[in-house]
Amino acid sequence: MGAYAYARPTSVEEAVAVLASAAEAGQRTQMLAGGTDVLVQMRSVDREPRTLVDVKHIADANRVEIGADEIFVGAAVPSGILNENAELKAILPGLLESADLIGSTQIQGRASIGGNLCNSSPAGDTIPAIIAAGGQCVIAGPSGTREVACEDFLTGVGTNVLGDTEFLLGLRFPRPPPRSGDAYLRFIPRTEMDIAVAGAGVALTLDEGGNCVHARVAIGAVAPTALLVPAAGEALVGTRVDDAALAAAGAACSDAASPITDKRGTVEYRKKVVGVLCRRAGANARDRALGN
Amino acid sequence: MAKVHVTTSVNGEEREVLCEPHQSLLDVLRDELGMTGTKEGCATGDCGACSVLIDGRLVCSCLMLGVEAEGVDITTIEGIANGSELHVLQRKFLEHAALQCGICTPGFIVAAKALLDTNPDPDETTIRYWLAGNLCRCTGYDKIVRAVQDAAQELAYEA
Amino acid sequence: MAEAHDYKVVGTSPVRPDGVDKVTGRANFGADLNLPNMLHGKVLRSPHAHARIHSVDVSRALELDGVYAAVSGADFPSGAEGEIQGEGGGTVSDLAQNIVARDKALYHGHPVAAVAAKSPYIAERALELIDVDYEVLPAVLDVDDAMADGATLINESLHTNGDQSKPPSNVAGITKFERGDVEQAFADADIIIEGEYRTPTAHQGYIEPHACTATYSEEGKATIWCCTQGHFDVRSMTAGVLGMSVGDLKVIPSEIGGGFGGKTVIYLEPLAVKLSEISGRPVKMVMSREEVFRATGPTSATHSRVKVGAMKDGTITAASAWIAYEAGAFPGAPVGPGCMAIFAPYDLPNFRVEGFDVLVNKPKVAAYRAPGAPQAMYAMESAVDDLARELGVDPIDLRLQNAADEGTQAPYGPTFPPIGIKKCLEVAKAHANYTTPKGEGVGRGISAGFWFNIGMQSSAEVRLSEDGTVTVVEGNPDIGGTRASMCLMAAETLGVPYDTVRAHVGDTESTGFCNVTGGSRTTFATGMAVVQACEDIIAQCKQRAAATWDIDADQVDWTDGEAVPKPGVNVDVKPLSLADIAGNAGRTGGPILGRASLNAQGAGASFSVNMADVTVDRETGKVDVVNFTAIQDAGTAIHRAYVEGQMQGGAVQGLGWALNEEYVYDANGEMENAGFLDYRVPVTSDMPMIDTHIVEVPNPSHPYGVRGVGETPIVAPLSVAANAVRDALGFRIPDLPLSPPNVLAAIDEREGA
Repeated sequence: MGAYAYARPTSVEEAVAVLASAAEAGQRTQMLAGGTDVLVQMRSVDREPRTLVDVKHIADANRVEIGADEIFVGAAVPSGILNENAELKAILPGLLESADLIGSTQIQGRASIGGNLCNSSPAGDTIPAIIAAGGQCVIAGPSGTREVACEDFLTGVGTNVLGDTEFLLGLRFPRPPPRSGDAYLRFIPRTEMDIAVAGAGVALTLDEGGNCVHARVAIGAVAPTALLVPAAGEALVGTRVDDAALAAAGAACSDAASPITDKRGTVEYRKKVVGVLCRRAGANARDRALGN
Repeated sequence: MAKVHVTTSVNGEEREVLCEPHQSLLDVLRDELGMTGTKEGCATGDCGACSVLIDGRLVCSCLMLGVEAEGVDITTIEGIANGSELHVLQRKFLEHAALQCGICTPGFIVAAKALLDTNPDPDETTIRYWLAGNLCRCTGYDKIVRAVQDAAQELAYEA
Repeated sequence: MAEAHDYKVVGTSPVRPDGVDKVTGRANFGADLNLPNMLHGKVLRSPHAHARIHSVDVSRALELDGVYAAVSGADFPSGAEGEIQGEGGGTVSDLAQNIVARDKALYHGHPVAAVAAKSPYIAERALELIDVDYEVLPAVLDVDDAMADGATLINESLHTNGDQSKPPSNVAGITKFERGDVEQAFADADIIIEGEYRTPTAHQGYIEPHACTATYSEEGKATIWCCTQGHFDVRSMTAGVLGMSVGDLKVIPSEIGGGFGGKTVIYLEPLAVKLSEISGRPVKMVMSREEVFRATGPTSATHSRVKVGAMKDGTITAASAWIAYEAGAFPGAPVGPGCMAIFAPYDLPNFRVEGFDVLVNKPKVAAYRAPGAPQAMYAMESAVDDLARELGVDPIDLRLQNAADEGTQAPYGPTFPPIGIKKCLEVAKAHANYTTPKGEGVGRGISAGFWFNIGMQSSAEVRLSEDGTVTVVEGNPDIGGTRASMCLMAAETLGVPYDTVRAHVGDTESTGFCNVTGGSRTTFATGMAVVQACEDIIAQCKQRAAATWDIDADQVDWTDGEAVPKPGVNVDVKPLSLADIAGNAGRTGGPILGRASLNAQGAGASFSVNMADVTVDRETGKVDVVNFTAIQDAGTAIHRAYVEGQMQGGAVQGLGWALNEEYVYDANGEMENAGFLDYRVPVTSDMPMIDTHIVEVPNPSHPYGVRGVGETPIVAPLSVAANAVRDALGFRIPDLPLSPPNVLAAIDEREGA
């Protein structure tokens, strides 16, 4: 019987060293941010002992920086803290509303969008919002950092591109130009506390005449990973994001979805509802863009 | 299995404890420190019975490791009253009959305190969404929400 | 509307005696006890829904460092006989096999072995080292499959109603009753409404998992601390399973974190005692939430067919019902009460009910708040709603026209004394939530609810302290404020202030026998015992006063908490208060102690009428409850706020059952949603405030008119929700839950999408 261990690195280098030495020794490691998924899993589906490497004491993983051109959100920033950032909320309201949907107030006191991404669940709420907002994953490893677009970060149910000696340090977002808006909606049976049955994130930019010049649409819980749906974005670009355009984007999302039937919903239900959510989130994003 | 020495503050008192690396803060509080006021209803973060404050922020102690408590300030239900004087929320829960079996009550009171600490004048919807992570199976939530509303009102008068 | 009465404290809402402990974290619940040298027990559970067990080998587990005991079915007595006490009934043999499987595992999660180790973590690791040889059998997962010809048999020696002349069956029992000429009445009816309905497996969802700690002594006696609705039943059931005398078992109830019927039975206690016997150390066992869902008793899923016949003038002339209840792996579905409750609100000349107790490979069902009634009445109240639509009449008027009343012979036999159904309907009809026109897109539903309430055995002692304070000792765990109602009734009877009365829930050695806290019986039956024990105190106090004044006891009155000479008795004395008499008790005959024990008769039926407005999102199928009104006859509300709390809590529990709660099984019989994440009980933000109206039609059989209030509240919400969704959508969805995927699929099917 192996044993659990806990490491608490205070720098990127130290964290990478912990990962590297464990990898060399053939020992299992797992990064720990908020822990709201990790702790549940280690008591149920995956009890195998491992070394938990706490990312929360690395300064960069806790950093939120809003620059003129880009925004950085550290991987360990709890969504509760993120949501108290009024400036960020004004810039990327859709991203923050996705973070605000992860579990309860209690969960948000710990859970981070970086952890949500690394857990790589098909239903992770922040992931479609991150993809829609053009998030880039900043990955730390033995040879420095590398960046991967969020839609390319995920490789399957619970899997991603991170190597044994790498970890997610944070996310980088382009700062949206004026007249931009983003929005995320998910469907759950209750008002709170559920895993998304389907989700859709929309980020768009309008010109001065109210025509859409840029749009990214991503969907969640309807495929093995969250998906960027280029056809949905294309259906919005060049339109005033009216009902017809939103309906076309919604239909593109329904077409792109390849869900399964499980305890949370059926294939038919998810395909239909993801289109509904795209329409509704698209309208929210448009209204926000008109207000910006 | 190597235990980890953790120094932490519980309800204002410094405590030292040896934690297994996999042990949740909830288990450390209950089994190592003997503080059983914090309850386990699910151990998956879905019921809120184990709610505590970490540096003032509301969390589920079942979803935090004991070893992560190094250097933090923990507030549990045992630390909500001021000596022998009940916190206004505790009084209002009693006056409004906002508990039946009482197992969820510590979590609700800790969660409601976190709300009123940051938002002294929440409306009903805000209260309901803030407390959505605390399950109660007895009351139907009605009297709990009313108790929190009444506590907020009393705090407002005091302020 | 409250009846006019001149009670001083009954009907008020003081702070409960155990309240401060429960808001400060000081109260000790099932898992809160730690003893020196204590071990932690864990249970190995079957990963198969149905399997023959060829062998269980715990030897490797015992070799693990830190493991002190391991047991399997072979370690427990076989051939236990007799019936168990308690709300659910059943045999000791079935109970014993449910505690730990012998030659067959009958559901996913059925205990197969248990270990005790120095930490929960080591105990869990030890479970992985137990070797079980299973032969997997086909699983039977619903009543239709179980009742089909050629169905796999769950128990090869089970015959319907014990009739050995018939081949074995999964149908453990059939309940039938009939009155009048049903077929003729249907033939004569102007209108016939027929419906077929299903309800899912639903769990009580108490927030506190089952927990117990046991010690076994060298002299063969055991003590159990546990969270239970009835420690005397824990004692008899555990003794039965272990082949012990109840005299060798002491059960101490902790505070209890919810039960709703689910803690009227035992799961862990015999295992903990046995593990303690082997290890010689205290053993604590606490279930995980997953274990609670997988392996404790939920309530029955049902499949039912209901037919209602009526005349054009709205008179319901005939009704019939066919209801199949899932029992789980052992007989004992609440089919009897379901069949008895289904037509209870109505004065029906002709009816027939057939109910089936059907084995399936799921956990054995346990009582759940008004056991059996919500499922049956959901079907009937849906059909009555459809009848009102067909007739074009107001659904409350239709119910008023056909409602049972004092003097009506209840469908289940007795003639009703005064009951409150008509009054509840009248209150509903006049309620602002009913008279206000519903908003755009809103559906409105109403339904009646009912529960018998029960009496059964209770004991109480009332002790007078030397300063006149009063201690009530009784044996019903306080699950929702019963200490407060006992103190209120004691204070009222004795004529003393509420805050001079204390209440204590005694263990099996410190108080007289009480049946479970269940059946809505505690405030009624144990309350009656407390009142009688207080009357005993009053009689003794009158004697002490008489002795002090040198007059006869029958010359003394008890008024406002004081002994006074009766009018006309010529003595010049000051009244003696309870405190005066208590303080002087040593000189007048010794301590004063009142007692009563009884088997309470005359529990009063409690009727309710609930209504709700809902909206349905036609694109997602999501149902939102806009408002909910709970109206119920409590008899007399002893503690008004806790009566309201029962009504509100039951409403929300029933709405959860109606809207989202269900056990989801895969094809092999494994429950897929064994946690609060996907077994979706309502959360705070799902619900509106619950408008609550207590009707008081006093029960003539109780000194203060109590009927019992705990169970009726969960009955009506299922059909209220379904009738409201029917109103919003324009068509009925007969199968619960009305979850978004189910509702959207029904809309799509209707619209041909």
